[in-house]
Amino acid sequence: MSTTLTINGTAHTVDLPENVPLLWVLRDEIGLTGTKFGCGVAACGACTVHIDGEAVRSCQVALADVWGEVTTIEGVGTPDSLSAVQEAWVEHQVAQCGYCQSGQIMQAAALLAQTPQPTDEDIDIAMQGNLCRCGTYPRIRAAIHTAAAKLTEEG
Amino acid sequence: MSRIGKIARRTFLVGSLAVAGGVAFGIYKLRETPPNPLSPGEGAAALNSFVIVDGDGVTLVAPKAEMGQGVHTTWAALIAEELDVELADVTLIHGPPAKAYFNSSLMAEGLPNKGYDASSFAHMLGEVMGQAGKFLNLQVTGGSTSMTDGYERMRVAGATARETLKEAAAQRLGVSRADLTTEAGQVIAPDGTAIPYAELAMAAAEIDPPHVELRPPSRWRLLGKTQPRVDMLGKATGTAEFAIDVRRESMKFATLRINPKLGGTMISADTSAAEGMPGVEKVIRFENGIAVVARNTWLAIQAAEAAEIEWGAAPYPPEMDGILATLDAAFQAEPNSTLRDDGDADTLPAGATEVTAEYDTPFLAHSTMEPMNATALFTGDALEVWSGNQAPIFTRRVCAEAAGLDEDAVTLHTTLMGGGFGRRGELDFSRYAAMVAREMPDVPVQVTWSREEDMRHDFYRPATKARFRGAVQDGKAVLIDGAIAGPSITQQAMGRWLGLSPGGPDKGHVDGAFNQPYAVPNFRIRGHLADLDVPIGFWRSVGASHNAFYLDSFMDELALAAGRDPLDFRLAHARDAFAPAAAVLERVGEMSGWTGQTAEGIGRGVGFCYAFGTPVAMVIEVADEDGAIRIAKAWIAADLGTALDPGNLEAQMTGGMIYGLSAAVMGEITFSDGEVQQRNFPDYDALRIHTVPETAVAILETNPHMGGAGEPSTPPAAPALANAIFDLTGTRARSLPLNKQFTFVI
Ligand code: FES
Ligand code: FES
Repeated sequence: MSTTLTINGTAHTVDLPENVPLLWVLRDEIGLTGTKFGCGVAACGACTVHIDGEAVRSCQVALADVWGEVTTIEGVGTPDSLSAVQEAWVEHQVAQCGYCQSGQIMQAAALLAQTPQPTDEDIDIAMQGNLCRCGTYPRIRAAIHTAAAKLTEEG
Repeated sequence: MSRIGKIARRTFLVGSLAVAGGVAFGIYKLRETPPNPLSPGEGAAALNSFVIVDGDGVTLVAPKAEMGQGVHTTWAALIAEELDVELADVTLIHGPPAKAYFNSSLMAEGLPNKGYDASSFAHMLGEVMGQAGKFLNLQVTGGSTSMTDGYERMRVAGATARETLKEAAAQRLGVSRADLTTEAGQVIAPDGTAIPYAELAMAAAEIDPPHVELRPPSRWRLLGKTQPRVDMLGKATGTAEFAIDVRRESMKFATLRINPKLGGTMISADTSAAEGMPGVEKVIRFENGIAVVARNTWLAIQAAEAAEIEWGAAPYPPEMDGILATLDAAFQAEPNSTLRDDGDADTLPAGATEVTAEYDTPFLAHSTMEPMNATALFTGDALEVWSGNQAPIFTRRVCAEAAGLDEDAVTLHTTLMGGGFGRRGELDFSRYAAMVAREMPDVPVQVTWSREEDMRHDFYRPATKARFRGAVQDGKAVLIDGAIAGPSITQQAMGRWLGLSPGGPDKGHVDGAFNQPYAVPNFRIRGHLADLDVPIGFWRSVGASHNAFYLDSFMDELALAAGRDPLDFRLAHARDAFAPAAAVLERVGEMSGWTGQTAEGIGRGVGFCYAFGTPVAMVIEVADEDGAIRIAKAWIAADLGTALDPGNLEAQMTGGMIYGLSAAVMGEITFSDGEVQQRNFPDYDALRIHTVPETAVAILETNPHMGGAGEPSTPPAAPALANAIFDLTGTRARSLPLNKQFTFVI
C-alpha cells in the first residue's frame, strides 16, 4: 500500500503495510536515523518527532495514521545551522552517550513552542516521558532554561 | 618503520579504514610496542599508532569505546596537549582492533592489592601486570581505566610526533630543533616562518622519533580545563552515528528471538506463519533460537513473535528461591578469597558492643538506551562488521569464528555507543550479526534486538548476599567481619573473552568491601563464590555496586551503635588509612552543611566508596512528601588526583550517581520458569527528570594516583540513600531495591 508523507518539508512515498509505525518508516525505509528506537512501547521518548508541531512518540503512530507534517531532529537544525534549543544543548554540553538526546530535544522544542518560559514544574511534566540512562537530566533542565531565554530575546 | 613512496592516490589505510594520504605517528617508544596497526596504503606511510598527519591535517586515534563517558575528548586532549594542535582542528577516529591499543591499566586493576595503600612496589607490579594486557589482547574499555591507561602514553605520543615534526623542519631549514617552536598545528621558525605539520609529514616519516620530556601540568593549555566534547554537535543534531544508525546500500533488517531460558536450546520451532508475514525475507534457525530477516526491523520483530517455539530448560534453577539458595549454600563452603584479614576477626574484643546484619541485592540489567545491535556484511571470503563494542579484539575473533573465516578477513568498525555500562564488553550481539550475515551472502544485514530481547538476554549484575558482624568500643569500630556470597563475574567473563577460567581469589567479587580505606584493627572480608549459571557480567562499578551498599550501610549501623555522627565516624576511621578518603568526606560535609541534625520531614545520609582508584563521598537528602519519599538533594566529592576535564567529570559523577540511585530505588531482575520477568522500561524503569536530586559536585586533586571517572560515583549512591531513609524514617534498609519497602515520589 503506497503512502505519501511530508517529512521535514519533503514528500516521501513508501510502499508498506499501513500498520508499520512511523519510527521504522523514518529509520529503515527513508534513512532518517536521527530518530531513535528505545522501547517501542511509548515508555522512553527516544523516538519523539513532531506531527504538525506536536511532540509524539513515533513508535506508536501507524503509517496510515500520520495526520500531518512530520518534523524529525534532522529538520530542526543541522551541525552548520543549529536551532536555539540545539545551541543550548551544545552550550551546556548535555549529551553523554547521546542516544536519548534527539528525543529530548524534540520534546523540549515542542514544550518551548507551547510554553516559551517554562517553570521547573512545566519541564518536569513535559520531559518526564523521556528516559536518559546516562542521567543527563540536570543539564537538560539547564539547557531548556537557556533556550527559553534565547528564544525570548530573539522574540 | 614503513617505506615512503610517491603519493599517487593519497589513500592511507588505518587497518581497514581509509584515511586521506599521509603519515601516522604516535608509537609509544618507552617500551617494546606491538606492531603498528596503521598499515600504509598505496604510496603512503605509517609511522605509528595514535597520530596521523595527512594533507587534510591531523587525525588522532582514540581506540576506546565512547559510550557517553567523554573518553574520546579527553583522550584527544592528552595527545593535542603535547602536539600543539587545537581539538577543534583535529579529526578523531576509533581505529581498528589492534594489539597496539592494549589497555595497560585494566590488568593492574585485577591485582589483589587494595589500591589506595599500594606501595611503589605494588604499583610497579601493577604496571608490569598491565603489560599482560598486551599479551592477552585486552583492547577493552572498562574498569574506568581509560585515563590511567592513556595519561602518560598519549602525552608521549603527542610529544614524540611534535618533536619528530620539528626535526623534519629543522633539517629542511638548516637550523637546530631547539630553536623551533610549535603552535596550532605548525612549526614556527626563529624568523617567524610557519610550516604546517601537513607539509612536514612525509619527511618526518623518515626520522626516528627523538626522546621526549613531558610538559609539567603548569604549562597545560587543554588538560585540567573543561573541553567542548568532540561528539556534542553530532549528538545534538541526530547526526552522530551509533551502530543502529549504520546504513548500507540494499541493506536488510533482522531481529532475534533467542531462548528466554538463558543458555537453553530450541527444541522445535514452527516458523511457517512468520515466513508468510509481510516483508519477511528469511527465517534463520540457530540451536538456541531464530533470526528473522525482513525489509525493516519492525516487520522482522512482528514475524519473530509469530513463530511457535518450544524452548529447552535453562541450566540454573527456574525460580528465585532456588537461585537464591545457591547463595546461601556458598556461605557454607570454603571462601574463595580472604583479601583482607587484619588482626583477629574471630574474637569479639572484650567489652565491645556487637552488631550484626545481613544484606542482599538483586540481579540488575544494564538497560543501555540503545538496544543491542550490530550490522554485518559477509561476502564469502570476507566479513565486515559495524558494532558498538567495548572489546574490539575479542569481538573480531568471535565474528571470524561465526563466519568461518580467519581474523584477518574480518574488518570491524567500532561505532559510538548508546550507553555501555559494561554490557557492550560482551561479544554476543556482534557474533549474532556475523551468524545472520553468513546466511545472507552479499547482503548487509542489521540485527537489532527488541527492548524485550535486550532486557531478557543480558549478562546481569549478579544477585548477592552479605553477612556482617562487627563491634564498637569507645566510639570506634574494633571489628568488621564480612562475608559476601555470589557467582563470579570474573570467571564467566574470562571464559567468554579468553576461553579460560582463572582460579585464585576473585577480586571483583569483593571489590568495594575488602579494599575500603578504613583503619579498623580487626577487619576481615571473605568472598564466597556461588555455583550458578545465570549469565552475569560487568555492570557499572561491578562488585562495588553491591559491596558499597553492604559495607557502607554497615558502617552506618556501627556509627549508630557507637553513638556517633555517621560522617564523623567514617572520618575517624578514614583519616588513618588514606588521606584523600578523609578529604572527600570532609568536603562533602562542608558542601552539604552537614550538622548531623535534620529538620522534621527531612533525612540525610552519607555514603562512601573507594573504587577504581577514586574515593567518592556522597550526602543525600530525602524529604517526606505526603508520605512518599523524594530524593531532594545530593552532594558529591571525588578525588581523582588529576582532574583532566572538570566539566566532564562533573557529568560523570552526576550520571554515575543517578545510575546507582535508579537501581537502588527500583532496579530488580527476577526469574520465573527460568525466564526473566521484566520485559521493558515499564517494569524496569529508572529515575526521570522529575525524580532526580539537585546535585552539586566537587572534584579534588589530592589523590597520589589518578583514579577512574566512569564508575566510582555509582557505588556510594545506594548506601547514601538508604542511610538517608533511615534518618528520615528510623527504618533500616538492608535489601534492594528500596521501593519494595518504601514509597517513593513517582
Ligand atoms: S521508542 Fe518510542 S517511546 Fe521508546
Ligand atoms: S545521554 Fe545517554 S541515554 Fe541520555
